[in-house]
Amino acid sequence: MSAISSIIKRELQSYFATPIAYVFIVIFLIMSGVFGFYFGNLYERGQADLTPFFNFHPWLYLFLVPAVAMRLWSEERNSGNIELLMTLPVNKMDWVMGKFFAAWIFIGLALLLTFPMIISINYLGNPDNGLIIASYFGSFLLAGGFLAIGSCISAATKNQVIAFILTVVVCFLFLLSGFPMVLNFFKVFMPQVLVDAIASTSFLTHFDSITKGVLNLGDIVYFGLVITLWLYATSLVIDMKKAD
Amino acid sequence: MFNTKKRRNDMIECLNLSKKFGHFTAVNDLTFTANKGQVLGFLGPNGAGKSTTMKMITGFLEPTAGQVKVCGVDINDDPITVKQKIGYLPEGAPSYGEMEVGQFLYFIANLRNIQPALIKPAVESVVSRVNLEKVYYQKIETLSKGFKRRVGLAQAIIHDPEVLIMDEPTDGLDPNQKHQVRELITNMSQDKTIILSTHILEEVQAVCDRAIIIAGGEIVADNSPTEMEKMSRYHHAVSFVSDLDTELLNKIKQMDCVLDVDYDSRLKETTVYPTQGLFIFDEISEFLRKESIQVKSLKMEAGRLDEVFRNITETAGEREVVK
Repeated sequence: MSAISSIIKRELQSYFATPIAYVFIVIFLIMSGVFGFYFGNLYERGQADLTPFFNFHPWLYLFLVPAVAMRLWSEERNSGNIELLMTLPVNKMDWVMGKFFAAWIFIGLALLLTFPMIISINYLGNPDNGLIIASYFGSFLLAGGFLAIGSCISAATKNQVIAFILTVVVCFLFLLSGFPMVLNFFKVFMPQVLVDAIASTSFLTHFDSITKGVLNLGDIVYFGLVITLWLYATSLVIDMKKAD
Repeated sequence: MFNTKKRRNDMIECLNLSKKFGHFTAVNDLTFTANKGQVLGFLGPNGAGKSTTMKMITGFLEPTAGQVKVCGVDINDDPITVKQKIGYLPEGAPSYGEMEVGQFLYFIANLRNIQPALIKPAVESVVSRVNLEKVYYQKIETLSKGFKRRVGLAQAIIHDPEVLIMDEPTDGLDPNQKHQVRELITNMSQDKTIILSTHILEEVQAVCDRAIIIAGGEIVADNSPTEMEKMSRYHHAVSFVSDLDTELLNKIKQMDCVLDVDYDSRLKETTVYPTQGLFIFDEISEFLRKESIQVKSLKMEAGRLDEVFRNITETAGEREVVK
């Protein structure tokens, strides 16, 4: 456990030792504000909730999370550092988790910094704060899912640009599989069971259900499972590719 | 009794070690052991399998076949214990550029499972041993190549490992820095087992007490540097600088103990090769005195490792082609 916490500490330090942290946080805050207020018509709706703000999170994460995830492993491989990491007396899974959690905490921090949203909406009306907290939780889980995918893809290539693009594509597919448009297309020739199965693999389906305030265990387990599987895949990919 | 003693001395055991990348065989059936107190030099042309072998000993790569034991522990059975016993300086001394030297060493010390109370003294001692005081608060990416290499060395020895493995530790350093690193290695060699790879043959003579030459993934020579020098035709050769004419050269060449004579007309240097390891210094100096030839810098050579190296690795290369 102490190894993981050392790794998390180092990673977080490194985010803030470089401009990455500041650029990311500023862009994240501006974009989430712009999306929520202008495109989501937060004011014009006349309702005291943050639904429009959270509705855009999947699309915001689609580009911002891969930008954080791309460097997780491909940078280590590119710099040759991976040889140092993998010869220290630390379990591979500790590295995978340490790096992942550091990035997740970092994104969580950016998410926390959107707290003026909560203050504003409470000032303007009487929102369901329980729902808002659940939505933040769902948003955080969603970011974790994207991040785990990004971690795995980052381990597969030394090139950060390739890692970024591939992660965006894979995350997009995971979002897309819950889109009504896509599901309607499958409905034409597939039995409902299979359509439901496809829908249930989607990040969007589970995210939506959490942000609607339906905090059921299934959705949380789903994200937990997705993260675990992709992180395990990360450790396998590291083994396969570390020699190149 | 004998067995336990033997095990305690064999710090590194590689048994029939092989590594294949697809169809390419990087390391082929390598077997050797290294004892405590030994400084073992890996020599070989680029791509010979030196680094791959080191990566297998340190547990970075899994061998395709064979076994690695460090301090009697099989790396397959307990990789964490083995990694704990090893200090490793990978090629190019990678590290985190955005970290300060001190931060980086503390980070490594933590991951090396050094007891919390001992971390500070460990970092301080390694910083002074490798002379990093001046750059302690500097970001690693701003350091010169020599300092970066020293940071790499510091992280490798911070936990006082029993086994130290260094991939080209002095590559790219200036002569002073090379000297420092070699001195450091020599100082540490008493109670450790050290393996280092290098292209620089003088380095082998300076620090190693055993050299293994690898070519085409196989061991082609395994001996002490002094013994290897004896394989050179320069071993006990006598050279001197003087104006000689062809007649005198022929006279020398006809001596019984002389195999051959070379004359470098540019440096006016004559090199006399002895017949099979014979000691001819006295004969030659006697001859020169008798002929009353004025001679500058008469000296006997110990042998030239680079020549031995070239002979061994080039013939090994040809063998590879024939296969």
